[in-house]
Amino acid sequence: MPQPVDIKLDHVANLARLDLTPEEKARFATQLGDVLAYVALLNEVDVSGVEPTAHAFPVVNVWAEDVPEAGLSPEDALRNAPEKRDNMFVVPKVVE
Amino acid sequence: MLAAGELSAVELMRAVIERTKDVDARVGAFNSFDEADALAQARACDERLARARAQGAAARARPLEGIPIGIKDVISVAGQPLTASSRMLAGFVSPYDATVTRKLKEAGAICWGRLNLDEFAMGSSTENSAFGTTSNPWALDRVPGGSSGGSAAAVAAGEAVAALGSDTGGSIRQPAALCSVVGLKPTYGRVSRYGLIAFASSLDQIGPFARSVDDAALVLGAISGHDRRDSTSVDLPVPDFTAGMAEQASGRKWRLGIPREYFGEGLDPEVGSAVEAAIDEYRGLGCEVLEVSLPHTKYAIGAYYIIATAECSSNLARYDGVRYGNRSKGTSDAIDIYFKSRAEGFGPEVKRRIILGTYVLSSGYYDAYYLRAQKVRTLIRRDFLEAFAHVDAIVTPTSPTAAFRKGEKAADPLAMYLNDIYTIGVNLAGLPGISIPCGFTRGGLPIGLQVIGQPFKETELLAVAGAYERRTDWGRRRPRL
Repeated sequence: MPQPVDIKLDHVANLARLDLTPEEKARFATQLGDVLAYVALLNEVDVSGVEPTAHAFPVVNVWAEDVPEAGLSPEDALRNAPEKRDNMFVVPKVVE
Repeated sequence: MLAAGELSAVELMRAVIERTKDVDARVGAFNSFDEADALAQARACDERLARARAQGAAARARPLEGIPIGIKDVISVAGQPLTASSRMLAGFVSPYDATVTRKLKEAGAICWGRLNLDEFAMGSSTENSAFGTTSNPWALDRVPGGSSGGSAAAVAAGEAVAALGSDTGGSIRQPAALCSVVGLKPTYGRVSRYGLIAFASSLDQIGPFARSVDDAALVLGAISGHDRRDSTSVDLPVPDFTAGMAEQASGRKWRLGIPREYFGEGLDPEVGSAVEAAIDEYRGLGCEVLEVSLPHTKYAIGAYYIIATAECSSNLARYDGVRYGNRSKGTSDAIDIYFKSRAEGFGPEVKRRIILGTYVLSSGYYDAYYLRAQKVRTLIRRDFLEAFAHVDAIVTPTSPTAAFRKGEKAADPLAMYLNDIYTIGVNLAGLPGISIPCGFTRGGLPIGLQVIGQPFKETELLAVAGAYERRTDWGRRRPRL
């Protein structure tokens, strides 16, 4: 088995905006280290001159006519809001 | 029977509801179902059927009129819950219909229940659901596969006539194999994903589960087609799959490819011999069977878990606790809402994949992981297209083993990932693939045969699968519950 890879959990969890408990950090460090060691297998592939594939069937610039149409009503759009007031989403104060 | 009026849609729906109430405490396929809504849909079907009969036009009934079709709980049905089996979306109600939902309703189908899955479709066992595991109807102590485990189990247990699932790395075909039903992943772009909760957008496809290849063809026909709301849906005409299959069935001898890389280490011998026996059936049909090579197979899982997690980390950034989904109580500022709402809302596997995906996209690692994986993806796709220069379809096992025990792989994510070895390449290459029942282990567990087709040639894929199905009775066996 190749060496587990250090995934820099604190930094990555911050980028992902995800709080992790100390137990999760310990577990994920091992598990994801193993996964990254496994994917190191890809390093043996010669990819020189190979174009990357983002989609199996590339599509570019699918345009729609710029025509207004009926969308969700404010009531429907807010139906799943965790907190709302006067047809708006409520969030904690962002600026002092 | 429905068109002739020998059975009403309400009678059929009631029978399905009774069956579900009888067995689902043991199977656990459903997150929820809305009996009153299903019966109201059935009554509307009966009214349309009665009108059609009065006009002497019963033969022109809608293709799925009155058929209860279970829906994986990642596909929107207006007014119904949409949870992705995640605490993050507990209580969420869909404000609109997914395109596949609208199309099913237009075809006369009854959208029936919300089917369990691995949270956000991430997993191969349906054990990652926040709302309880689903059991394999053939062996209740075993997993039904995943992520569409609820869809497969519901069809196998007679709790739905057919079902919709989604397939990112095998999430339709693998549970279909483990539960002895038919499961089809269409070509990428064949079916609109508008209204599907996104996991990995360059891989996700919606497809049907059914008890026969004919039924799968009928449902596929209903949900296929270009949709301006999904820019990746392809603007190609939708063939009449059922008529096309019948046409092809008359005396067509296909050239079938057997990839040697799919029959090596890790393949359970009982699964291997069932698949070999199926290949012999094809020889008996007069098909030419050729060995083909997909040399980059061993890199598929690695490439997949980089690409899929990268896309998942991006797609799941929308769950921020602001407009919908879980919002943590007791947060003091706006940034804190993100960290705590996501920590509370997501389960362990989703967190792992978000972390892994964020890491492989992060500054300094992008080229080494994500870009390299996309290049390997090109090579994997090329392997398949080169094989298709020699053969019409490729035949493989769907899964290396039959259903494993609950808990057996739960602590080891890598072992769980390796279970997807035969299904993942199809997603990376954007191909259509189908799993059909091809036998049972000595212990009575189902085994699936995968047939892989060429892009947008689902008719041929269905015809190849149907030719085998007609020679065997595996798909007609039912679990004792």
